[in-house]
Amino acid sequence: MTQRPTLLSVTDLRVGFPDGPKGRETLHAVRDVSFDLAEGEVLALVGESGAGKSLTARVLLGMAPPAARTSGSVRFRGRELLGASRSGYAGLWGRHVAFVPQDALSVLSPVHTVGDQLAAAVRSVRRTGRAEARAAAVAALDRVGIADAARRAGAYPHEFSGGMRQRAVIAMAMINEPDLVVADEPTTALDPDVQEQVLGLLASLRETTGAALLLVTHDLDVVARHADRVLVLYAGETAEHGPVERVLGRPRAPYTAGLLASLPPGEPTGSRLLPVINGSPPTLREASSSPGCAFAPRCPLAADPCRTRRPTPSEVDAGHLVSCHRLTDVPDVPTCLFQPGGNG
Amino acid sequence: MTPLLDVRDLTVRYPGRNRRSAPVRAVDGVSFEVSAGETLALVGASGSGKSSTAAAVLLLRRPDGGEVWFDGRELTALDEAALRAVRPAVQPVFQDPYGSLSPRLRIRDALAEPLRVQKRWDPVAGPARVAELLDTVGLDQRLADRRPHELSGGQCQRVGIARALASEPRLLVLDEPVSALDPSVRAGVLNLLVGLQERLGLAYLFICHDMAVVRHFAHRVAVLSSGRIARTTTARALYPTGTARPKTAVDTRKAAAT
Ligand code: SF4
Repeated sequence: MTQRPTLLSVTDLRVGFPDGPKGRETLHAVRDVSFDLAEGEVLALVGESGAGKSLTARVLLGMAPPAARTSGSVRFRGRELLGASRSGYAGLWGRHVAFVPQDALSVLSPVHTVGDQLAAAVRSVRRTGRAEARAAAVAALDRVGIADAARRAGAYPHEFSGGMRQRAVIAMAMINEPDLVVADEPTTALDPDVQEQVLGLLASLRETTGAALLLVTHDLDVVARHADRVLVLYAGETAEHGPVERVLGRPRAPYTAGLLASLPPGEPTGSRLLPVINGSPPTLREASSSPGCAFAPRCPLAADPCRTRRPTPSEVDAGHLVSCHRLTDVPDVPTCLFQPGGNG
Repeated sequence: MTPLLDVRDLTVRYPGRNRRSAPVRAVDGVSFEVSAGETLALVGASGSGKSSTAAAVLLLRRPDGGEVWFDGRELTALDEAALRAVRPAVQPVFQDPYGSLSPRLRIRDALAEPLRVQKRWDPVAGPARVAELLDTVGLDQRLADRRPHELSGGQCQRVGIARALASEPRLLVLDEPVSALDPSVRAGVLNLLVGLQERLGLAYLFICHDMAVVRHFAHRVAVLSSGRIARTTTARALYPTGTARPKTAVDTRKAAAT
């Protein structure tokens, strides 16, 4: 891969929420997360519910919940965004950065036609006449494969099917040719076939415009198909980070290995049982109060240092970072650390 | 062996959009069988009739046509009183573990409720039965005093399964039981269901949109399309072959291993 200029640079990002008497303490939901995103690149943020992946994406978009306490740095083309005022974000929104949520209805207004909303998006960043904006809206719907776009532009969001609505949201996100698209579980609510169509559409639009994509997902198959690099979050911390072929192909973090091991195999096997990660992810409070590795209660390799010190990411290979105290003891095929069990 | 569940020519209609339009056939002449100890998966896109079929098997509503036979009896011919006696044997497990439990009830009461409703609650044997149910689904006894919101998604779904087991069912209708769960938790719940099936000889009607899970978990698969069964096949036959299929995370792992 050729070296492309950095578009987005996140350093030591922490996101916490007030806790304790008078909110003087902070429970951290995201801890010391760092990554760079190059122009045109696709980075997947993966993790289970509560791992902090959506929250990270929202902080980048300036959409953190009001109570959130953030620290660290988020730079877009060198400009610091963390702590920037609403107007600081306003210049980026729509023009340079676009958002595709899981639920299309959270960004589409029910009382305006799809065409009007797309046209308004165009006019929010460019001075164009109504007719011209309208034509751009219809063309954008056409590009995302909505048949009879001129007529459909006059429809309201509720008149679209789920898949069509998500296409319309993508049309809206891409209409001003942004440099960065942040997509938060963009297809989770759709049927599997429609999921692939919508993700394929997003990929082809990205190729034509050269936009980078930050893809938040819990689906490792989606990562395998659509991302260049992946950052695996566990309990708000980086477990593993690197090129997709390395992280999914030769995982080094026990947590990544456990996730991969628990997927149904791609071919028939003798056993109907799947390997599991025992236990369940820590609550925010548990993760905040433990001094050690957040994965230690579930990790088959956990040893003394794991319970007293947090591991920090270290490079095991070019661009491949892993947070684990016992890196040298992780077996070559680490998925074999996990055995079938039913009572996790 | 006669099948435990035998669905013949099932038809479910819904009223059309307005008074003049014809009723919509959500399920249009669907037939299938499920034996004890067997898992039949129903797959298909949304609107293909999976959920309507499940609702008809649970007799949540009477079908508009066709017959549902269970354990040699025609359920569709029974009156409400006779049905009540059969109902405990056919239990649902739903997708949303939080939504299917009452937020106010402690877990022990949620598990006792089916026994109380069926007038089978006994002050001595009851609590022991609740403890046994928690054990069966791999939950710590200490969770009995908690309420659903204090449990993780996976724990809640185990409670949902325990609640279904309280009625000593022979068939579970599993409606997307693992779709809301994280992958690491999903595997444990699927293993639990496999173990229960092997131990208790339960029959499963399994609705799921994730084909990787279906292939692994089901014995046979009925593919629904527009309210009809397009084909019924073994789950094994559904493993994709060739290179035309979409790449998965498991492929990446295998490619790196060779
Ligand atoms: S640091 Fe220890 S507990 Fe954490 S993943 Fe590594 S071996 Fe497991």
